[in-house]
Amino acid sequence: MDAASLALLNAERRARRAALLLTELSAGTDRVIREGDRVEGELGEAVAKAFRTGLSTAVTAGGNSYFLNVHLPKPRLVAIGAVHISQALAPMAKVAGLDMEIIDPRTAFATADRFPDVTLHADWPEDVLKAHPFDGYTAVAALSHDPKIDDVPLKAALDAGCFYVGALGSRKTHARRVERLAALGATPAQIASIRAPIGLPINASSPAEIAVAVLAEVIGALRSRGLPGATGEAA
Amino acid sequence: MDATVLDEKRDPLAIAEDWSAQGRQVAVATVVETWGSAPRPVGSHLVIDAEGNFHGSVSGGCVEGAVVTEALDVIGSGQAKMLEFGVADETAWRVGLSCGGRIKVYVERLG
Repeated sequence: MDAASLALLNAERRARRAALLLTELSAGTDRVIREGDRVEGELGEAVAKAFRTGLSTAVTAGGNSYFLNVHLPKPRLVAIGAVHISQALAPMAKVAGLDMEIIDPRTAFATADRFPDVTLHADWPEDVLKAHPFDGYTAVAALSHDPKIDDVPLKAALDAGCFYVGALGSRKTHARRVERLAALGATPAQIASIRAPIGLPINASSPAEIAVAVLAEVIGALRSRGLPGATGEAA
Repeated sequence: MDATVLDEKRDPLAIAEDWSAQGRQVAVATVVETWGSAPRPVGSHLVIDAEGNFHGSVSGGCVEGAVVTEALDVIGSGQAKMLEFGVADETAWRVGLSCGGRIKVYVERLG
């Protein structure tokens, strides 16, 4: 392994950016590929698939044997609002392999009693974000139903390129939210990327069912991330 | 949110970089293929220095000893090696995976 490749790979991993070490096994040479870098042909397809799935693999392309070791940052799911849906979402997200965090400045809602075993920030999102900014491997679900709490982190999530941005509320509620976000400077493309109404359409009715719909939508977004070859097929 | 960045004290690739920066010679072993019930997934690393210190794992502990021995060779020669372990290969490598799976481990020198 080339020392410079290792240093670059670790730098990408520390910055929570997806990267892949491509090793040509017979020659013993390697190079770091970042998500979005162009790789042609058969090898390019294998690279795209590795980034999408997060699974490392050995491949043969053009008569050469390669090993693709892909490193995806651990995905985070941040719920805005320490509400009933978040209570159901927290344990399910953990089981699915997501680091779950909850932000809600209302200390009556954000209690350790209601949310055991989950990182809880009982502060305004704008204050939490200064120390813990969102990034491309963060999913943000705005669930508080309160524009004073939801709007700022929604705009921050759009600007940070979060892989998933969802917002709870009826179409009417969302229409008003769109106007407010536009006033904050969100572009039409950013606004169109918000999943609203939130969650996959499974006719969810209880808070726990809505949590399932949200989690499934987050996983779908994580495993596509706008990458080529993502078809959204059922598992 | 610190849990979501690298665990510098336990991450094999972070340790390899740190050891190398200290001037230690390092080999990196990587699981590149598995068949059956392999204990560690493809992509897992074991890093080894010239004194035989190691971090990480490529199996549940079944073959690490053999990988460390081979890694010392690789550090000496600079020639990468592909090792294969499995119940069927006990005579070849003297160690096997008790779980019945098979793994292929690529060992290379860092630098």
